[in-house]
Order: sequence, then C-alpha cells, then structure tokens
Amino acid sequence: MSANAQMVAKYKNNFLKEVQEQVEMGEWVKMCMQCGVCSGSCPTNFHPGWEHPPQEIFMMIRAGKREEVLTSPSMWMCTSCYNCIVRCPRKLPITHIMHGLANYAHRLGMAPKMQPTRHFAKLFWNNCVKTGRVNELKLSMGLYFKDGFGQGIKNGMAMKDVALGLLKAKRLNPFEMLGGHKCKDQNGIHAMLKKARELEEKRKAIKAAA
Amino acid sequence: MAKKEYAFYPGCSSQKGASASNYLTSVNAMCKTLDVKMTEIPDWNCCSASIGYAEGGELPRHVLNARNFALAEKHLPGQDIVATCAACWLGARESKERLEHSSVLLQDTQEALNEAGLNIRAIPEVRHMVEVLIEDLGWDALSAPVKKPLEGLKFAGYVGCQTNRPFGIVGENFENPMYLDKLIETVGGEAVPYDQKVTCCGGALAFSEPDKAQAQIKDIVESAYDHGAEMIVTPCPLCQANVEIYQGHVNKKYGTKFHIPVLYYSQLMTVAYGGSAKEAGLDGQVIKAPKLEAIAGKK
Amino acid sequence: MSAEKKVAAYICKGCGLGERLDADALVNVAQKEGKVQLARSHDLLCSAEGVDLIKNDVANEGVTHIMIGACSRRAKTEAFYFPQNAVARANLREGVIWIRPDTEEARETTQEMAEDYIRMGCAEVKAMSAPAGNPNTGSARTLLVVGGGVSGMTAALEASRTGYPVVLVEKSGQLGGWAAKLWKRIPVHEPFKAPAGTGVADLVAQIQADPNIKVYLNATVTKTDGAPGRFEVQIATESGSVATEDIGAIIQATGSEPYDANKLPELGYGKSPDVVDQAGLEALARAANGGPILKPSDGKPVRSVAFVQCAGQRDADGQHLPYCSGYCCNASIKQAMYFKDGNPDIDTTILFTDLRTPGNGEDFYRSAQEKGVIFSKGKVASVSPGAGALTVNFHDLILDDKDAKLEVDLVVLATGQVPNSGVDIEALSKPPVEGEGGEATVEAKPISILNLQYRQGPDVPQLKWGFTDSHFICFPYETRRTGIYTVGPVRRPMDMAQAREDATGATLKAIQAIENAQLGRAAHPRSGDLSFPKVRLEGCTQCKRCTVECPFGAIDEDEKRFPLFNESRCRRCGTCMGACPVRVISFENYSVDTVGSQIKAVDIPDEFSEKPRILILACENDAYPALDMAGMQHNEYSAFVRIVPIRCLGSVNTIWITDALNAGYDGVMLMGCKHGENYQCHFVKGSELGRYRLSKIDDTLKNLNLETDRVRDLEVAITDIEHVPAMINQYAERIVEMGMSPFKSF
Ligand code: SF4
Ligand code: SF4
Ligand code: SF4
Ligand code: SF4
Ligand code: SF4
Repeated sequence: MSANAQMVAKYKNNFLKEVQEQVEMGEWVKMCMQCGVCSGSCPTNFHPGWEHPPQEIFMMIRAGKREEVLTSPSMWMCTSCYNCIVRCPRKLPITHIMHGLANYAHRLGMAPKMQPTRHFAKLFWNNCVKTGRVNELKLSMGLYFKDGFGQGIKNGMAMKDVALGLLKAKRLNPFEMLGGHKCKDQNGIHAMLKKARELEEKRKAIKAAA
Repeated sequence: MAKKEYAFYPGCSSQKGASASNYLTSVNAMCKTLDVKMTEIPDWNCCSASIGYAEGGELPRHVLNARNFALAEKHLPGQDIVATCAACWLGARESKERLEHSSVLLQDTQEALNEAGLNIRAIPEVRHMVEVLIEDLGWDALSAPVKKPLEGLKFAGYVGCQTNRPFGIVGENFENPMYLDKLIETVGGEAVPYDQKVTCCGGALAFSEPDKAQAQIKDIVESAYDHGAEMIVTPCPLCQANVEIYQGHVNKKYGTKFHIPVLYYSQLMTVAYGGSAKEAGLDGQVIKAPKLEAIAGKK
Repeated sequence: MSAEKKVAAYICKGCGLGERLDADALVNVAQKEGKVQLARSHDLLCSAEGVDLIKNDVANEGVTHIMIGACSRRAKTEAFYFPQNAVARANLREGVIWIRPDTEEARETTQEMAEDYIRMGCAEVKAMSAPAGNPNTGSARTLLVVGGGVSGMTAALEASRTGYPVVLVEKSGQLGGWAAKLWKRIPVHEPFKAPAGTGVADLVAQIQADPNIKVYLNATVTKTDGAPGRFEVQIATESGSVATEDIGAIIQATGSEPYDANKLPELGYGKSPDVVDQAGLEALARAANGGPILKPSDGKPVRSVAFVQCAGQRDADGQHLPYCSGYCCNASIKQAMYFKDGNPDIDTTILFTDLRTPGNGEDFYRSAQEKGVIFSKGKVASVSPGAGALTVNFHDLILDDKDAKLEVDLVVLATGQVPNSGVDIEALSKPPVEGEGGEATVEAKPISILNLQYRQGPDVPQLKWGFTDSHFICFPYETRRTGIYTVGPVRRPMDMAQAREDATGATLKAIQAIENAQLGRAAHPRSGDLSFPKVRLEGCTQCKRCTVECPFGAIDEDEKRFPLFNESRCRRCGTCMGACPVRVISFENYSVDTVGSQIKAVDIPDEFSEKPRILILACENDAYPALDMAGMQHNEYSAFVRIVPIRCLGSVNTIWITDALNAGYDGVMLMGCKHGENYQCHFVKGSELGRYRLSKIDDTLKNLNLETDRVRDLEVAITDIEHVPAMINQYAERIVEMGMSPFKSF
C-alpha cells in the first residue's frame, strides 16, 4: 500500500486528525480562530498565483478537504518571512505548519510535481548534503535545467546578466562546477543523515501504525 | 578590554567565490578594528536554510545544525556561536530551541551524531553578528573607532525578515525595528524612514518563483528610492543578493530605472573605521557604490 | 433663623485673583450694584481664617445669604459648606482669570467679566433661600426583589448581608429561574477550561436559611404605590391571598425568555425533534445526567452535533431579534463540551459568523479548540431533516463555498434572550398606527410586572427592544424610576456572571436610595440635594406639561387634577420648571427667578462699545465641568460671554432666552448633553425635552426680527475641554459678523 493510501485508510475522513498526528506542528491547526491576520500579512498573498493563504488552508483542513490541501501549490509559496508567526493572535507557528504540510504532501507524493519551489527545495537539500555545503552554481544550474535541456539554456540566458554581474564581482565562481567548497568529513555527514532519516522514518511509522 | 572570542559560523554564502563573499571580507575587517576574535568552527556544514524542510524533513534538519553545535562545543568550548547570515542564525537557533524543548528529538539527534563520532552535551548560545555588536560591545564601542563618519549619505536600513522574525533582536519591535537605523547613525550616516523596512524580499522564491519575488523587490527598492535613500543597507546575505542583483530584471519588467547599491552594515562600518574599499569588500558590489568608495579612498 | 434677609458678599484675593483683578472695585460693585448689606475681601477665603470670617458674620452679624466671589462652585465645596444659608458662588477663578490672558490689554475686559459675575452672584443669592429638605419622607427600609432567578437571589442576599430586610417575589413555584434549568454553567474561575456547577442550589439554600429574606412563591406584584422610602406593595399569590408590604426600594430582576425557536422553521425547529434550542439541550443534558446525551427522536446517543450561532439574532431584516445576546457563543462552547468531555469522538461543530466570547470566554474558547470542537465560520441557511440525519446547509465564509453541507445527528440553535420587562409604557401612550395592526395584535399583550400607580404608566420605561432604560452609558443601574432598579437580562442581554455583578451593584444603589429618601434628599445624580420642586398651585392652569414631561414619573395628579409631586421620586432635574408655561414651579435654590435675575444683572454695554454680550446656559453635569477644566488648562475663551450653570437643558425656561434677547444680549448659547440614541444626559430625557422645547425659539426670533443664529444649541460632553472654548470663540466671531443686537437701546 502506498504511503498515501495507508493514511487515507487510517484516518478515513478525519483529515484534521491526520494533520494533527502526521504533520510537523499540525496539532496547532485546531487553535486557529479564523481572524485572517495571517492572510493579510502574507507577502505571497499579494501577488497572483497563490491559491490559499494560511487561514484558508487551516479551514480546509477542518472541513476535511484532504486532496485539495495536499495537492495545493500554496504551501510551496511560503517565503519563510515569519510575518504570520509574529502577528497571529493565537500564536500558531504558521510558517512551520506550512513547511510541515509541504513536507507531508511531498512525502506522500501528493505535492504538485512541477511546482518550482518543490523542485528547488529538493535540489537545495541534495546539493547541501552532498558535500555538507551549498554549491550555488550547481544549485542554479539544476534549477534552470528542471524543464529539460533546451529550457535550461533559455533560463540560463535569461539569467545571464545576473550571473555576469556576480562573476565580475567575484561572487560566482565558474570552477565551482568542478568541485568547489566541501566539508572534510563527508562520510560522517552522510552516515549521520542516513541515521537521522532512519530514525525519523521509524517514528513516523510508529505514528502511522498507532 | 579583554578580547572577545566567538565560534564563527560563516555559512555557505560567505565562502570565497560565493554570493556573500564580500560580507565576510568586511566582517573580518570590522572585527579586527573592534578587537573581536572569530574562530571558524572547524569543518562546519550547511544549516539547510529555511527551504530545506521539504526534502529534509524534521530530524535531518536539526541534525545538520546539531553537528555544528557539537563541533563548536568540542573545538571552541565556552564560546557562543556567531552567525553572520540571517538564515543560518535563524535555522540554528530554531534547532537549538526545538532540541532543548524535546527530549525525544534530542535523543534521536544524539544517536545520529554518534554516526559521525560526535555528541552534544550543552548547546552553545547561537547569536547573530548584530547581537554581538549591540549587546556585547555596545553603542559606545561601535562609535569610538569611527574615523570617517559617513556624513551626508542617506541609507535605507533594510532589515527584512530573518534577523527580525520570529526571534528578532532583543528589545526591538517586529513592525519597526530600529537597530539598523541606529547602526547607520552610529557611523555618521542618515537613516531615512520608509515603509518597506521589514518587507520580505521573496527569499528562496527569487530562484523558484522569480515573478513573485521580484514584485516584492520592486516595492522595497521603490520605497527606499522614493524616500530619498542613496543606498540600501542590510544584515542578511539573501536580502542583499535579491535586492541587488535583480534590479535589472525589475527595471525591465516594470520600466523602472533603479540602480541603488545594496550594502552590508559591516561594509559601512569598515569604511567609517578607516578601512580601504577592498577591506570593505566594495569590489564585490554588482551595483557599485562610488560614494562609499570615495570616502574609503580619502586619506 | 431670623426672618430678616441679610446678604453678604465675600471676594477672595487668593489663587492670583488679587493680582489679576481689582478686588476693591469688586467689593464696590457688590455694595453699590449688588446692594448687599455687607461686602468684604480676604487674602485666602478658603483658609480656616477666611471661612471663620464668614461663619462669624453668620453668627454675629445675622448674615443669612452668602455670595462668594472666588473659585468655581465645583471647587472648595467642603470649605464653603454653609447648609443653613443660601449660598451663591461667582466663578472668578476658573471662569475668569484662568481663561483670560494675563496681559495689559486684556485687563479691562477681564475686570468687566469679574464685575458682572459679582453682580450675577448677588442677584442670584437674593432670589434664593436655604433648602430645608423634603418633609414628605418615608422610613421603610425593606428591599423588594421581584424575580427569584440568579440576579434576584443575588440581590436579596447582598441586601440582607448589608443589614436590610428583603421581600422576594417569584412568580413560579420555585427559586432559581433559568439557571436552575441548566446542566452546568460557563466557568467563572481559573482556569476557565470546563463547564462548572451552576451553584443555584446553594443560592437557594442560602435564601431559605436567611431569616431576613421573606420569600413569596407563585406570587406577583399587583400594585405598587408611593415613592422611595414609602412604597406600598401588594403581593398576590396564586392561592388568592393578598399581602401588603412597606418597601423602601425595589429591584426588578425579572430576567428573560429564550427567543421563540418556533419562529425559525427554516432551521428545522418543529420539523424534527432533533433540532433543539439551547434550553432544549440543557434539558437533554440534565436527562443524560453525565451519561451520553441521547437524540430525542430515537433515544440513541448523539454522534455528531452542530451548533447554529445567532439563530434568530443579529437579524438585519427586522424579522427576528436585531441584537446580539452576548452570552450564547459561550453557551454553545459550553454545550459542545458536554459532548466532547464525555466522548472526544463525537463531532461537534460550531457554525458562527463572529464568535463573541466576552470576559474570560477567550480562554474557554481556546479550551474548546484544544478539546477538538470544530469552529467553522459560516452562515447557516437552513437545516433539512432527512432519513436518520439532519443536513445543515451553510455558506462557508472563509472558503466562500455557498453550498457547504454538514450531516449531523443533532442541531442546537443559539436563540438568545428576550427581556421580561412588562408593559412598554411609551407604546401605551401612543395611539395605535393604522394598517400596522396585523402583526401587533397577534402578540399577547404583556402583563405589567410592577403595576406602578404612577400617572406615566405601570412599569419602568424601556430603552429599545424591550430592555429597560438604564442610562447604560454612564450609570447603568439607574432606571427612570427613582428607587427602582432593574438588574440582569431585563436590562440588557447578559450571562450569569454579569447578572450577579449587576445585582450586587444595583443593590448598593437601592440601599443608597432608601437612605436618601429617609433623609429627604435627592438620589443620583444630585445625590444629597435638599431642594425639591415647589408649586404655586394658585397659578397652575392644569396644562399637564409637568406631569407628562417629568422623565422620572415623579408627578401624579390629585383628585382635582392638579399636579401632585412625589418628592422622593424626584431627581431635581428641573424639567418641570422649564416646562411650566406659567412658571409656578421652583426650587428654593434654583428657580426661574434665580437664573432670570442673573441674566438681568449683567451690565450690557451700548451698541457702539464693540463689546457684545453672549449668555451661555451650561449644563452643570457635563458642560460646566468641561468649562471649568478648560480653565484649569488655561484654554482661553472670549471675555464677552457670561455663563450661568443650569441643572439640565430640560430646566431651561424659554422666558430666560426671550428676556436675554430683549435685554440686548447679542447671542445665547445653550450647552447640554447628547440626547437621543446613546444619550448622555444625566437626566436621561432632560436634554431631549429641553431641546424640543427650544426648537420653537425660532418663531420667537422671527417675531423679534432677529437672526436665527442669535441662539445656538451645542452638544457638550465633559471631555470637550478644548473643543468648547473653540466653539465659544467661533460663536463670538460669528456674533461680531452679524453685528450688535438692535435691542440694546431699549
Ligand atoms: S492569524 Fe492565526 S488565528 Fe488568525 S487566521 Fe491566521 S492562523 Fe488563524
Ligand atoms: S512565513 Fe510563509 S505563510 Fe507566513 S506570511 Fe510569510 S510567506 Fe506567508
Ligand atoms: S453571543 Fe454569539 S451566538 Fe449569541 S448573538 Fe452574539 S454572536 Fe450570536
Ligand atoms: S421633572 Fe425633574 S425636577 Fe420636576 S418632578 Fe420630575 S424629576 Fe423632579
Ligand atoms: S406645568 Fe405648570 S401649569 Fe402646567 S400643570 Fe404643571 S404646574 Fe400646572
């Protein structure tokens, strides 16, 4: 059974309960009082493209709209500006809930496949854990080439001026492509992260089975 | 005064040839003047930033930060960790808080760290450079070395998000923090009031959703410009990069003609303390700051 | 006291008065123009030495009337307390030197102002006599409490503990009211997390154990006659016996009824037994007695429940209650916990448009969220009963989903409170409107609660929507019937905690009323005043203006149809005095003459002097204190105004204005409290009645061939410390613009 099917079976129609138990900081969702302050504070809400601000996401969770929430691109728009967190009168850790929901949707394979931030987040993590440090050049290249080679060149051209500017200012090093900065104890880091993943999986499995 | 010593966590963007390398250059110069000793945490690793959540999940994120804690504790016992990057500071501080809050999380973290031959006993304090300046050194110590006050220059202090929220600098207000304005004034500049001081620059969305981030960037630059600022000053590498390097794109998209230098507070301080343009990392500006270079060049 | 009237004037030179004013000249004015027999000045009149000087003159010189030219009448009231004498105060400090610039140019007009106030003070005091107190007092000390619910029981216990005997009348067969029908109540103690015991049984036990409280059950008040301190109350019980009690003051705690849910068929009430109102759910919870709550339809445990907030409330269409009852959000939260605390798996959803949880309700709300009660912002359109379940159709206001649905076993309607306030006496006096008969006649005529034998009607006046009028902004306990206090939800919608607080406060006010009545003194707001209205019946034309207008229903009619004043019911507002066309009503220290003679005493400079004179009649409750405070802040205003404090705009007799205009004043300003909705008048209706009367002044002005702007009405609140001086100055400029009054030379 897929992770998703397992959860559907477990929680039936109680999506709120699912979120409370499976999503990082999900136990806070029920405490929202629908004041809308977060929505009014969220920068991504001011521009087209953002489907549901936090308030709506929380309401949808309570209304049991599982599919709609988990497949929504909304959580991926969060810029981690923490505006909502500091303003919420109920002190909900909104940013973390948004991240938690994104992570959960990603884990279940429900998140929109081509959502650029999802893609970027994945790239970023892989990039940083590979050597222990972020390689900005490879990270950008990976992003540009997400939609295939041709699009990648186009994207790269569009960003040419930016890259040139950084290059001139010695803030972009083309030789990073060949290796670049890295931690010495990469093996230790990999082993440690592998363990962490295992432990997290274990805890999640316990939760899912409970 | 006894030399202040800290375990330095520069973060990925400050490395040589990375987007905030000029930040590091100027921090080094500034710290030299202020007699602050910063020892890099040996073999430090990435904090995974705020975007690491999706693939990383919860525990691996904290474990990454915990590795830095363990290394600092092992090699630089008793020293506070100091980050210059706002995201590093926030990520590390968040991990510290969660680990101290949850024994389960801490236990799992220990187990993972063991795999790398490390462990943590007590998590060191995690500070931002700005906190060190304001809280440990104090305003008087910051103004004492000023040799070339930046008189007549108007700056927009752009605080942005992550040094301000959710933790912030003690005693500051989330909606209108004043510390950056005060820093500007301490080195003799004028801090213009404007209304986008704490607006988000779009963060990581600058890469993945450039349209959204650039709309934010436009608002910030426009407001600074309209209120008479000649330069923008920030404490955060991502803010600096986003607001500086995308001005060209913003101009193209919105038909504007922005060309405002975006600097770090440490660059201002280095120049005011008599440092050269090179020491202040001014050669690292994508949009050059000739007025500051002129002051740095004066004898 | 000797019958000989001897008037003395005292001019103070303290507080800078001596430097700013020519005191000798003032003494001179008092003697020559004020024609007082004795006039003196003193360096610091409010000092022990100064006061002794006055006392000595009273004792040894036979002084009966005292005119003090010093600070405002609102200052140094303890030092200048001469209860045996008539006393007038000329306000030279707050009213003259503090509102004028200390400059050489201003000196002349400032001195003129002071001299006028001396003339006015002397004229006023001569028209006064020392108030002797109302002889028609009563000595009953028993408190009558009507209604045996939580409010009434609280009032009874509070009064008894303070040492006053109580008679408690309850119309049903037991004490406790609605609260006795609750399973639990909204918590009032830390940590505000779970429903609490009602405590009603304990209250009932305390009442029963209290020998000071006499309880009549199954009883109603069939007649209330008299006045505070001497009410005579008839109590009839169902069995037919009638008792009479002597009562000092009355607390009406007649509570409320739930709004009739039968008026909400669209919400399923009456269509399915599984749709109940909040009272219905309390009954189910009591029947369950801590076990699972059962569906009325089939007796099976409820597995899911929806609460519909504001059912038949906050209705803008005029069909249902227009107001928010304020307690029902917390009540639904409490009821949702009845389910959740017993079984967390029961789905409980509260559908609200705004959740209003006053007091510590916020903590209670949070606790419910922690317990898993779901709160959805949505407007319920209908509840449709189906096979086995009810469907709640609502508009989800956050997701803007107009067809949101919820399937539940049970629906609870939060229907709110309708006050039991008896007869709407104002509707009584209005003739029925034609064509509107349909709806109104279906409603059962409310039955009177107090059966007051007052000319103005059998119950306490109402404010709105059936709630009793109670000066809700400033003095929430004060009704428009002296010595009668309404408490609890009959006054405004409220919960138990608020009702208990209300009852406690009002009981203390009732006790004050008993004491004041005994001493022949006024109650709020002229608390302690010994003056009372006297009428020269020889001159009365039986026009009934006074009996109709008195905001407090103090005046009845005698068998010869003359006005009959009940002094203990009177608040001393003077509205009757202002209303009387033949001016036969007066107080010993406040009359048409005391004010009229002040108006006439002012020296009116001739047409060519460029010194206009503006008369200001300022309400002593708000406008006059505001003017005094303007003085304290040294907010300057024109030297051309002469201010006379009045008890209420309602007491203004139009003769004062006509006299002033005829005497050559260039303008008249009236300053009174806000009236109408959100009124602030201390006498509730006084300023409204006064303004109505004065709205007719335009005709007078036309007859005199004067601009309508010669009289101006200004609404003043006590906080208008900066605004009032500005308005005065503006008006003074306007007067200059209009030019001097043509009546000066006459
Ligand atoms: S600010 Fe907080 S309480 Fe208000 S809607 Fe957002 S999450 Fe809910
Ligand atoms: S932290 Fe995310 S969800 Fe919160 S306001 Fe910022 S962008 Fe919106
Ligand atoms: S208290 Fe709540 S349910 Fe009652 S009327 Fe007011 S808003 Fe509606
Ligand atoms: S109108 Fe005022 S003064 Fe006159 S009887 Fe009524 S309460 Fe008393
Ligand atoms: S208003 Fe005057 S004239 Fe009219 S009934 Fe009263 S006392 Fe008599």
